[in-house]
Amino acid sequence: MKKRSGRNGFIFLCVAPAVILFVVFMIIPTLNVFRMSLFQRSAYSTKEDFVGLQNFTRLMSDANFIRSMQNTILLIVVVTIVTFAFALVFAAILTREKIKGQNFLRIVFYIPNILSVVVISAIFSAIYDTNNGTLNSLLSLFSGKTVAVLWKGENMVMVSLIIAMVWQAIGYYMVMYMASMASVPQSLYESAGLDGAGRITQFFQITLPLIWTNIRTTLTFFIISTINMAFLFVKAMTSGGPNGASEVALSYMYKQAYTNSSYGYGMAIGALVFVFSFGLSALVNVVTKREPLEF
Amino acid sequence: MERTKKTSADRLYKAFIYVALITLAVTIIIPVAWVFMASVKENSEFYGNPWALPAGFYIQNFADAWGKARMGEYMLNSVLVTALALVILLVVALPAAYALSRFEFRGRKLLNAAFMGGLFINVNYIVVPIFLMLVDGDKFLRGLLGDGLLLNNIFVLAVVYASTALPFTVYLLSGYFSTLAHDYEEAAYIDGAGYGRTMVKIIFPMAQPSIITVILFNFLSFWNEYIIAMTLLSDPKGGKTLPVGLMQLTQAQQSAAQYGQLYAGLVLVMLPTLILYICVQKKLTQGMTLGGLKG
Repeated sequence: MKKRSGRNGFIFLCVAPAVILFVVFMIIPTLNVFRMSLFQRSAYSTKEDFVGLQNFTRLMSDANFIRSMQNTILLIVVVTIVTFAFALVFAAILTREKIKGQNFLRIVFYIPNILSVVVISAIFSAIYDTNNGTLNSLLSLFSGKTVAVLWKGENMVMVSLIIAMVWQAIGYYMVMYMASMASVPQSLYESAGLDGAGRITQFFQITLPLIWTNIRTTLTFFIISTINMAFLFVKAMTSGGPNGASEVALSYMYKQAYTNSSYGYGMAIGALVFVFSFGLSALVNVVTKREPLEF
Repeated sequence: MERTKKTSADRLYKAFIYVALITLAVTIIIPVAWVFMASVKENSEFYGNPWALPAGFYIQNFADAWGKARMGEYMLNSVLVTALALVILLVVALPAAYALSRFEFRGRKLLNAAFMGGLFINVNYIVVPIFLMLVDGDKFLRGLLGDGLLLNNIFVLAVVYASTALPFTVYLLSGYFSTLAHDYEEAAYIDGAGYGRTMVKIIFPMAQPSIITVILFNFLSFWNEYIIAMTLLSDPKGGKTLPVGLMQLTQAQQSAAQYGQLYAGLVLVMLPTLILYICVQKKLTQGMTLGGLKG
């Protein structure tokens, strides 16, 4: 009988600390993003004035914001496609073929994922350096004349960001797909091979359909994470410059809210990006829906 | 005839694969190795050929980074924050995950759904509301105690880290706990052990592999994190974590060109994660299939 009465107390003690921390530092701040987007709050007072949807109407005519959204969408589309294409193909090769040093390669490919984005940004800044950078020096070597591309200039900065982001993400997804591809039975490939299906056909007809559920889940998360990673890279590598050419949605939010102390305006951006990322994930989820295949 | 043709095509394909894989591996290894090499170069060496080997081991870079650039102090802060956050996280998340996965009680479904939803909330969206909450809290405390202590406080930073890592950690741990048979607990109850004792002495030791995975992933994310650290430790003269200090060094480098110091700083940030990774890479890439949904 004593055990029964202790049970609820035990459960409460177990769950309460986690729930309190979760509510205080995640739920309330999240709700606050949406609430504050309807208010105006300035730097040195806690006073908030209700302004309704004014922050949002201002956003719609803010050229800097529109540019940051365009950059975000560009990064989502390009980084996702390039990363997934490379990760899937390389993972398929590493699981299907007998490659010497496979384990070593797997270890190497995962390294970018364990480095801080600050470190990666610093490395790429050194690579992209116009005068002393390794990239320009390599290009000079191959072309035979002095190359001085402004990799972080207005024209190239987005390309430079994309390269760095793909470099960071590719290994992680590769290792993940290798794990799920390893569970596809070898016999399927063997019988397909007897039927005369080549490697490329096998990849599209067997590998991809069978790990589709995994691809779908990771795709949804990748989109949310790209919005976030773009912010981390921009913050550490370019600060949105030059002239806002590499500003992304969340870095613009941070700039408005934290640096500029227009908290309400910043949170309106946050709320919009929040809704945007959920909408996009839901859309991707619906578009990529297939009948799950069993093996 | 047919046969030889096929093997030569095969060989070509194999060669192509090796070239592609090795190229990818090289683009990952070279930049990282290059940082280590650059960290022992003297400042004057940076103006020549970026590919030149260092003339000698210029250890002074590390001394400068450690002392002048205060990286030693930041390193200590990072160690403290990471360790504290991990301890808080485990103390809070383990019992919560256990109760949520193995006991039937009212509100359990709701809590599980809430933590699942938390997986989609990215910290960088809510960093500004968290900051403002702490500002308001500090104002309140100043009225009460004469001093605010929530901002620029390493302990608070650790609590925020732990809280924002809760959804992922609870999700991962409950996944493991729910696979265990209920017989373990029943046997322990019959032997007279209470709920708490059963949980700590019987269940937690069994969950060791999952706990290690949790520690690994969260160690990397806490150690490398810089947006929250930068926001909550905002006092320019006060303490910082290693990545934030490194970012400052990168920005200072643009004007003062202290290259050697910067690369030494980079090595200091990278080295702990690289060493850890090399020791546990098997665990980390295996644990990935569990933690495949990392944001």
